[in-house]
Amino acid sequence: MRGVVSGVAAPLMRPNVDTDAIIPSREMKRVSREGLGEGLFANWRYSDLATREEKPDFVLNRALFRNAKILISAENFGCGSSREHAVWALADWGIGAVIAPSFGEIFQANCAQNGIMAVVLPADDVAALGAVAQERELRLTVDLTTCEVQRLDEEPLRFSMKPREREMILKGLDPIALTLSEHGAAIEAFEQSDRTARPWT
Amino acid sequence: MPSTLFEKLWAAHEVARTDDGQSLIAIDRVFLHERTGTLALQALEKAGRAIRHPERAFCVMDHIVDTRPGRPGLTRMPGGAEFITATREAALQAGIRLFDIDDSRQGIVHVISPELGIALPGLTLVCPDSHTCTVGGLGALAWGIGTTQAEHALATGTLRVDKPAAMRVRFTGRPDPAVTAKDLILAVIAQHSAVGGLGCAVEFAGDAIDALSVEGRMTLCNMAIEFGAWTGMVAPNEEVFEYVSGREFSPRGALWDRALAAWRELKTDEDASFDRELELDCEGLAPQVSWGTSPEHTVGIDGVVPEPGGASGRREGMRRALDYMGLAPGRRVEGLEIGAAFIGSCTNARLSDLRAAAGILDGRRVADGVKAICVPGSTAVRAAAEAEGLHRVFESAGFEWQESGCAMCFYAGGDGFGGMRAVSSTNRNFENRQGPGARTHLASPATVAASAVAGRLTDPRKLV
Ligand code: SF4
Repeated sequence: MRGVVSGVAAPLMRPNVDTDAIIPSREMKRVSREGLGEGLFANWRYSDLATREEKPDFVLNRALFRNAKILISAENFGCGSSREHAVWALADWGIGAVIAPSFGEIFQANCAQNGIMAVVLPADDVAALGAVAQERELRLTVDLTTCEVQRLDEEPLRFSMKPREREMILKGLDPIALTLSEHGAAIEAFEQSDRTARPWT
Repeated sequence: MPSTLFEKLWAAHEVARTDDGQSLIAIDRVFLHERTGTLALQALEKAGRAIRHPERAFCVMDHIVDTRPGRPGLTRMPGGAEFITATREAALQAGIRLFDIDDSRQGIVHVISPELGIALPGLTLVCPDSHTCTVGGLGALAWGIGTTQAEHALATGTLRVDKPAAMRVRFTGRPDPAVTAKDLILAVIAQHSAVGGLGCAVEFAGDAIDALSVEGRMTLCNMAIEFGAWTGMVAPNEEVFEYVSGREFSPRGALWDRALAAWRELKTDEDASFDRELELDCEGLAPQVSWGTSPEHTVGIDGVVPEPGGASGRREGMRRALDYMGLAPGRRVEGLEIGAAFIGSCTNARLSDLRAAAGILDGRRVADGVKAICVPGSTAVRAAAEAEGLHRVFESAGFEWQESGCAMCFYAGGDGFGGMRAVSSTNRNFENRQGPGARTHLASPATVAASAVAGRLTDPRKLV
């Protein structure tokens, strides 16, 4: 179901996880959106980039988190480069939602375009979730239909998302078709008057 | 009603408001590069969608092109050739203008868009590249987007955007003459954090900003993204108008006169109010240098590496940064030994930057064992610098003088500063950004040059 992700949450509790770290430039090997999961967090995940020998202590390499569906991180997740490859890499690896106190803005918009949920929760809640996930298996459900992060035996945590981003994820909308059908006439009208208002453009 | 510069730019481009509170913003220019733009072109082609205004779309090869002298190869990235050939094909197919590797107009996208008059005051410009905010320095509304959004902009001539909050960062006091635009923006990020501008369109204002050159304004706005901002901008002045006049894609004749009249209105009205205001006192500010792995990890060159502190997330980030950078709290940053010096990037590789560095390098030599490289921001900058003989200053000082491109600003395989401590005029000091294990210290071109000569992080004021 769109907009609902359930599974183990992996804690990556450091701030300013940038898109270079999420997918190093060198790992964007092909002109393609596919197959980027292998390069996800490559610099942190592999001790030898060429042979792909893993660093056993990196969170996603630990047995518990091999099938994680949700990532928990600290503030400003996805800052830096605009590369949409960061989102494609997370999705390809299997992550469907990222929970953090704040996100880099371009990254956040890119998430919505690709059906990934960037969930903003208060820093204290995120830190608490991260602490639990570090200690034991933490299974969460991120449900965009109710805007809740649900956990076993505990009150769900409410979050909000920009209505358009929420709708895009829930309905899997094609934003171009939507804009042209909803606003085609307005665009025409704007362009016509703009030609007189700003003819140098 | 009095309005801010940002409000004016926004209002002039708002096509419609959507039911969910977003705005549909008309996009005047779309710029693409070979690293992220090609996929957008290919996707449109595959979907059978036309580009609404192909004459307003541009593409350049800058990110992975070989910048070694004479460009012996196509690309410095193993496997990168596919990006270049695919971009050529896609741009041709789409019928948009491409500045290819051998074009005299080639260069880093954010350097050439103002140089060619593609970015102009009052225009909206987007590019699938986060440093698109650079041209906010001309008074344009410019921001970085993702590849899928680039498709949208190309196909519809618009983007759906949540209106950002309006922020003003006001610079008070008079900066030391050695304190450059780079130092000012680093200081803002250091004092107000890498998320200080989150969700905001930031106008930089104050006497120190009014006094900045056009190129300095672009350096300042370049790092608005490192401040977490949606974009940055400076109200254009007469010097900006002079700068854009006569450029290849700038308006001419009667159109120029009309444009100029409109551009003169591009400023924040006296009584306009902002959602947020911040200040930075320039008085006594030293040239800045980063010590860690976030641009907010920055201190004055006369400062020391701080003790990790603040909220738990931040503290943890600082600890990791100390570890990665091989530093301990309390260590003076000045005097830290470096192995590499880099002058380049969309932040600081324009002619004025090269002049500033050359001013320090003239008659001096780079310290033994320091790998020093200068990569002009565009082929035109390179030519202009050579016309002044700057390349000879760099070369006789021991700098390698390269062709234009993004080069070692980021590591795509090929050359980099892997395992080295580098002082760099770029904008990002992230882990591994300039090569595996590379430790990057961000600074102004003058500080980079002075440090290259000394072989250690050095206050440029000591070498003038
Ligand atoms: S110079 Fe660096 S920051 Fe600027 S566009 Fe190129 S890679 Fe990005």
